[in-house]
Amino acid sequence: MPNSGMEEHTIVALVEDKPGVLTRIASLFRRRGFNIASLAVGKSEQPGLSRMTFVVTGDQDTVVQVTKQLDKLIEIIRVADISDHETVARELALIKVRTTPATRAEIIQMVHLFRANVVDVGAQSMVVEVTGEEDKVNALHHLLEPFGIIEMLRTGLVAMVRGQEDPRASDTIGIEIPENGSRASVPG
Amino acid sequence: MELTGAEIVCESLLKEGVDVIFGLPGGAVLPFYGALGKYPQLRHVLVRHEQGAAMAADGYARVTGKVGVCAATSGPGATNLVTGIATAQMDSVPIVAITGQVPRPAIGRDAFQETDVTGITLPITKHNYLVMEVEDIAPAIKEAFHIARTGRPGPVLVDIPKDVLQDLRAEFIWPELPNLPGYNPPGDADPEQVTRAAELINQAERPLILAGHGVLISHTYDRLIELAEKAQIPVITTLLGISSMPTGHSLNLGMPGMHGMAYNNLAIDEADLLIALGMRFDDRITGRLKDFAPNAKVVHVEVDASEVDKNVKADAPVVGDLKRVLDQLLPLVEPNVHIDWQRHLDDLKSQHPSLHIRDSEELLPQYVLNSLSEVTRGDCIVVTGVGQHQMWAAQHCKFNSPNTLITSGGLGAMGFEVPAALGAKMGRPDKPVWSVAGDGGFQMTMCDLATAVENNIDVKFAILNNGTLGMVHQWQDLFYDKDYFATVYSGNPDFVKLAAAYGITGLRVTKQEEVADAIQQAMETPGPVIVDFVVRESENVYPMIPAGGSIQEMMEDEPEVSVAPPSGGG
Ligand SMILES: Cc1ncc(C[n+]2csc(CCOP(=O)(O)OP(=O)(O)O)c2C)c(N)n1
Repeated sequence: MPNSGMEEHTIVALVEDKPGVLTRIASLFRRRGFNIASLAVGKSEQPGLSRMTFVVTGDQDTVVQVTKQLDKLIEIIRVADISDHETVARELALIKVRTTPATRAEIIQMVHLFRANVVDVGAQSMVVEVTGEEDKVNALHHLLEPFGIIEMLRTGLVAMVRGQEDPRASDTIGIEIPENGSRASVPG
Repeated sequence: MELTGAEIVCESLLKEGVDVIFGLPGGAVLPFYGALGKYPQLRHVLVRHEQGAAMAADGYARVTGKVGVCAATSGPGATNLVTGIATAQMDSVPIVAITGQVPRPAIGRDAFQETDVTGITLPITKHNYLVMEVEDIAPAIKEAFHIARTGRPGPVLVDIPKDVLQDLRAEFIWPELPNLPGYNPPGDADPEQVTRAAELINQAERPLILAGHGVLISHTYDRLIELAEKAQIPVITTLLGISSMPTGHSLNLGMPGMHGMAYNNLAIDEADLLIALGMRFDDRITGRLKDFAPNAKVVHVEVDASEVDKNVKADAPVVGDLKRVLDQLLPLVEPNVHIDWQRHLDDLKSQHPSLHIRDSEELLPQYVLNSLSEVTRGDCIVVTGVGQHQMWAAQHCKFNSPNTLITSGGLGAMGFEVPAALGAKMGRPDKPVWSVAGDGGFQMTMCDLATAVENNIDVKFAILNNGTLGMVHQWQDLFYDKDYFATVYSGNPDFVKLAAAYGITGLRVTKQEEVADAIQQAMETPGPVIVDFVVRESENVYPMIPAGGSIQEMMEDEPEVSVAPPSGGG
């Protein structure tokens, strides 16, 4: 496959909430040698359906293959690479950072600068919650690093296409569905 | 009236029009077998090994176009199905496998004969189900058959715990439609892409059609011929596409690739357009991708969008149901003659007579297969194993009607030749069925000779007995310093005596003069017959392009010097 440069792509999927779905997806990524940078799953607005956001690294051809292969999984209802769309993309991180009486105030100041929150305070540590685009989370992470990070947990990116009030579009994942073509169904 | 889970399975199978099930029972699936006995419309063929059940279902499906069904118990029964399921997956064959599972309370406790069969078969099925409620059985079976047979077909496994089969009851409610919101196989293709494809076809000076298994699966053989004839485009068929066009048709050039006709590989090298119909550019066809068809644009018609641009980039990607796409495409294709191109191909053909069979003192397998087609007038179903005999069958047998070469292409599973032939005969009792076997592959599944005898399945077995694992022996001969380690069989049974042990006719042929008579005699003998053709041991298949190679490395005959081991998979 021609290599047109490695990039991060954001792929979103609407998925039936059934046992084994995650296994199928994980197995597919492993078998075909695709790399997942992050994966976030949660309920959607429709009962029985979940939305997933994948961040995948690969060249354009690989990412197209990823979406086509995901689309073949029976329980995946829609899948799209939304990297070229205007999106809202957020990640949440919990960072447990070491504190001393001398550093505590400085850390809190930094946290506020990032519009992040201190959600737990212990004798020698505090837990910071930050939400935002990946860059923002990275930046705060780097600023807190010198104080000593005891534990960090990031949810992975969740993303949504902006605008598009058309119910048909929002019923899917915010991308246009072709009227016919590859989506037309075969009877029988 | 409420039925048990097992009865619901049977009722569901009846709704799907199933008439035969290949299988072997065991504890976890026994409730299903108990019910099956009460449904004589569902004929059960008891195999001797579950791999045979899956492969018989596969052979049945390939010749009929219907869904083949197999059944096995939990644990070892289910794992024995695996090679057959993987074969069906690689070759897009619709089968449904029904397996018993340990009772629900035992699941996850490493119970006796518990294996996670849905986990094991996850990457080798189109989809699979673990059915945990009795109400879910009918919908799962409905969906399983729908998924297996539509779009790009494939195997689907339905695993049902014993207590769901036996202890639970429910009304039998057959869903009118499968509930599969995420499954929409394509129908018509995007008209713009079809127009683009037609333009490329109309402009091409040196076009070739590459016809794959999709042509057979979608019953598109008439339209394939129509397209080829309308624009006079020569047709090359992949291994699995071979019987999609009669061998004798003047536009049919046969197989390309690793053991394909030299002239076909040369033609692909020179072509300015490849029209790929229902095929997936397997590495056995392309060899080294960057050197494949360097001068050609590509029209790729596929029902599976993920095959487009996977190995070979398409200039006109056409995703749709092949039959419907050709209906869209045919009116847009202009009549043409391609005289110069055809003349050129005729020249290539006469300069590279890949099918020539030389005179020989020893019995040559090529001669046997050529005779098989002569005696049967090409009117039989040939089911092969994997290896040299498979390639010679693809090269030298003649096929006059669709679905008459049945072979494990993608997985290359030795042992396919015996059970798949049984399934093929069950599916097409009206046709003579010849299992063309290697002595290696035959011994992997010959236990199912008993199945043939027990059910009087009239398959003729032609063993091309070279006393070796021939194809591997060939690679050692060419690429591994003629070190024939672990490829010579010195303890083969006497296949004629083996036939006698099963109470069937066995013949042995060692000379060219005896070949036709033996085939004739086998055909005239009712029931299964084994013909042991003792062929030249060290015969190699040519032409050959080493794995991962290109046309530059093509050997049309025995090479003078030994060649470096190919790095491509084998
Ligand atoms: C199940 C399985 N094991 C191993 C192989 C590797 N393999 C490919 S061809 C071949 C030799 C087959 O020997 P035989 O069936 O006698 O056929 P021949 O090549 O001699 O015609 C082997 C071992 C395979 N394809 N399938």
